[in-house]
Amino acid sequence: MADALHSLKQPMPNLCLHCGQPCSGEDRYCCRGCEAAAQMVPEPEKQRAVLNAPVLSGKDLSVFVSSRDADQHSLVLLIEGMRCAACAFLIEGTLNKQPGVAARVNLTTRRLTLEWKGDKGKAADLIDCVTGLGYTLRPFDTKALQDDDAREEKFLLHCLAVAGFASGNIMLLSVGLWASNQQDMGLVTRDLMHWLSALIAIPTMIFAGRPFFRSAWQALRFGRTNMDVPISVALILTTGMSLFETVHHGEHAYFDSVVMLLFLLLVGRYLDRRTRGKARSAAEDLLMMVAGTATVEEGGVLRLVPIRDLATGMLVRVAVGERVPADAEIVSGQSEMDASFISGETVTQPVVVGDAVYGGMVNVMAPITVRITATHEKSLLADVIKLMEKAEQGHAQYVRLADRVARYYTPVVHALALGTFLVWTVGLNLAWQPALMIAMTVLIITCPCALGLAVPAVQVLASSRLFKHGLLLKSADALERLATIDTVVFDKTGTLTEGDLQLANPAQIGGVNMQWAASLAAHSKHPIARSLYENYGGKLLDVAEIEELPGRGISGLIQGKQVRLGRRDWSAVHAEIPAQDDRPETWLAIDGAEPVRFVFEDSLRSDAAATVAQLQNAGLRVILLSGDRESAVQSAAAKLGIADWHARVTPVDKNNLVEKLRNEGRRVLMVGDGLNDAAALMAADVSISPSTAMDITQNAADIVFQGHKLMAVVEAWRTARRSVRLVKENFFLSFFYNALAVPLAMMGFVTPLIAALAMSGSSLVVVLNAQRVKRG
Amino acid sequence: MDILIYLIPIALVMGLLGLGAFFWALKNGQFDDPEGAANRILQDDPNEGA
Repeated sequence: MADALHSLKQPMPNLCLHCGQPCSGEDRYCCRGCEAAAQMVPEPEKQRAVLNAPVLSGKDLSVFVSSRDADQHSLVLLIEGMRCAACAFLIEGTLNKQPGVAARVNLTTRRLTLEWKGDKGKAADLIDCVTGLGYTLRPFDTKALQDDDAREEKFLLHCLAVAGFASGNIMLLSVGLWASNQQDMGLVTRDLMHWLSALIAIPTMIFAGRPFFRSAWQALRFGRTNMDVPISVALILTTGMSLFETVHHGEHAYFDSVVMLLFLLLVGRYLDRRTRGKARSAAEDLLMMVAGTATVEEGGVLRLVPIRDLATGMLVRVAVGERVPADAEIVSGQSEMDASFISGETVTQPVVVGDAVYGGMVNVMAPITVRITATHEKSLLADVIKLMEKAEQGHAQYVRLADRVARYYTPVVHALALGTFLVWTVGLNLAWQPALMIAMTVLIITCPCALGLAVPAVQVLASSRLFKHGLLLKSADALERLATIDTVVFDKTGTLTEGDLQLANPAQIGGVNMQWAASLAAHSKHPIARSLYENYGGKLLDVAEIEELPGRGISGLIQGKQVRLGRRDWSAVHAEIPAQDDRPETWLAIDGAEPVRFVFEDSLRSDAAATVAQLQNAGLRVILLSGDRESAVQSAAAKLGIADWHARVTPVDKNNLVEKLRNEGRRVLMVGDGLNDAAALMAADVSISPSTAMDITQNAADIVFQGHKLMAVVEAWRTARRSVRLVKENFFLSFFYNALAVPLAMMGFVTPLIAALAMSGSSLVVVLNAQRVKRG
Repeated sequence: MDILIYLIPIALVMGLLGLGAFFWALKNGQFDDPEGAANRILQDDPNEGA
């Protein structure tokens, strides 16, 4: 394992660092091209400093290894922090270099599958390999909820494949049937074609029609109807009628139309499900955060205990980079905690013995020992998970527009068909076969497939249009919900702001002080120090006798002088600042000189004000909810023109405020990025989060937007409104077509050929109309 | 036209073979990672020189 990392830091002598070809003398690269390409890739060391520390170490995850026999082991993990294919190749390459190890990364699901021969404990080394590169690994629960979704999707795909095969082959036969007539073909040949079509169509109907039959049956059982009821009725009756015709040597068999209809409907349904499939259960993700183990100290002995089994009174060691497993009190050590889970702020808060810490906080500076005060079920994290689960159930009850239409459409259509049949047989004394045919034609021509396509056609196109603008739509009905909103709730940090600390007063500092400060800051893990170090591009000085004190700062010797960088009460005790100013700061005190103040600010996104203005001008109410300090929230709200703002809001409060708005009858869009927004994101009618958010938050949101432009929110809203308008237009077009065609069919003027053409024609019109979502 | 008695079933059997192959591929997990497959062509083979 050491070799793998070693080979990243130092190449073998005289081989090009980039391409591996031998190069001359002491050169690091064989040519200018390789040198230029290599400069574009940041060094792994610096990358490591920038990415978050790993959550669980190698030894924690070993418990999840499954073994096929004594020395064949495998492990599946979720990778966090993977941004692109190059990351996957880096991970795979590093792991596959080890003997006996086979590693494969699935880019679509971000899973790492590790298989290796040998010692079970090797898992720890392999895991450390990956976390050493700067990625976070989480255990993957193979019994998770997503398997159900994946199975459902596979089932649909099977049905789709069979329907596709069937419609292709029946079409083969139909070409002959339509191109000829009884005289040229002969009765026997035509019957053969019909029988062969029947042979293909009937098993296909039974197999591939199941998604619709199941759904229709489920609805009918409870006395309701949905879109699938008329579809199922049409499919079954048409197949039955065609079979009847075939048996009686009739002329009109519709196996081709009905199987094609089934195929197109399945295509629409599959595409719809794929967009929906991207939304993983966000609550499961949060649960996975506590799926690991904690290090419990009992009588001087350390052992690993699954977090779910922690009890109050237990002593737990929390290492640097680890999350506190449950609500606890510090009994030894002092450090600084990242409370972004609660406040959304990355500025750490110092804690000492006796302070309370919450499950979910990240320990940033130094190891501490805590005593559990509340078990996992009663912790803040568990509260948030419960809220999210409740919200998820609420989402499932949302009745989609298409299904609402079906409620009325279905009974009307069936009544019409039945009425037609009765009128022809009883009223006009026609034989029942032709009467049934006319009734069937009515059912066919009312074309549930145009209605079935009306919504997915628009949504798929709207999705891809949004995608081009850097927006990922995770569930198709999110667009419907987005179009109806009247209130927008924004989180502050990371959503309205860029989410990182920027130096606010570089002019007051000067080059020398920057250099000294950055040189010290390079040795600290504190977020403020990291921001300082990353923004400094010059040469660093050597620092001796480095000492980092959590809660205070970092000190060292530069050029013989004692230097301190840290909090005011430690490094600049007598300094004065304006009373109102409580922005994050750090002070540089060089022995013998005046302390220098470094002020940090989280800058607003460049288009945040414009976005808020556009939303407000469109008549939407904009609210700002933040976990940050009051002064920061007030100044942000003032700059953006938001009158309605709340500060120091906890994750549970955010959720409650969103619910209160909904209970008032408002439709709420929540935009947030932090872990502390996750519950509120799920409670809102629809939610958006930036791609810089943690994976968990992205999963809780309905839409994810890339890049730094907050205007994406406005773009999404406008597209949603346009889509819903087009969907309504599509429904209108379908109905208009029906209004024309149905009376004709009822009167017996429509031959089945016309019916089939009209059916396809209406679907085509609907799909073409949907293309308009791309323009404007 | 008697030849159709042979030709059509042959066509159907070939179609069924195709369908069977598709189902096998699905079960084998060939469609599980479309993004990965798309990106792997860009990966350099570590065994080759360049």
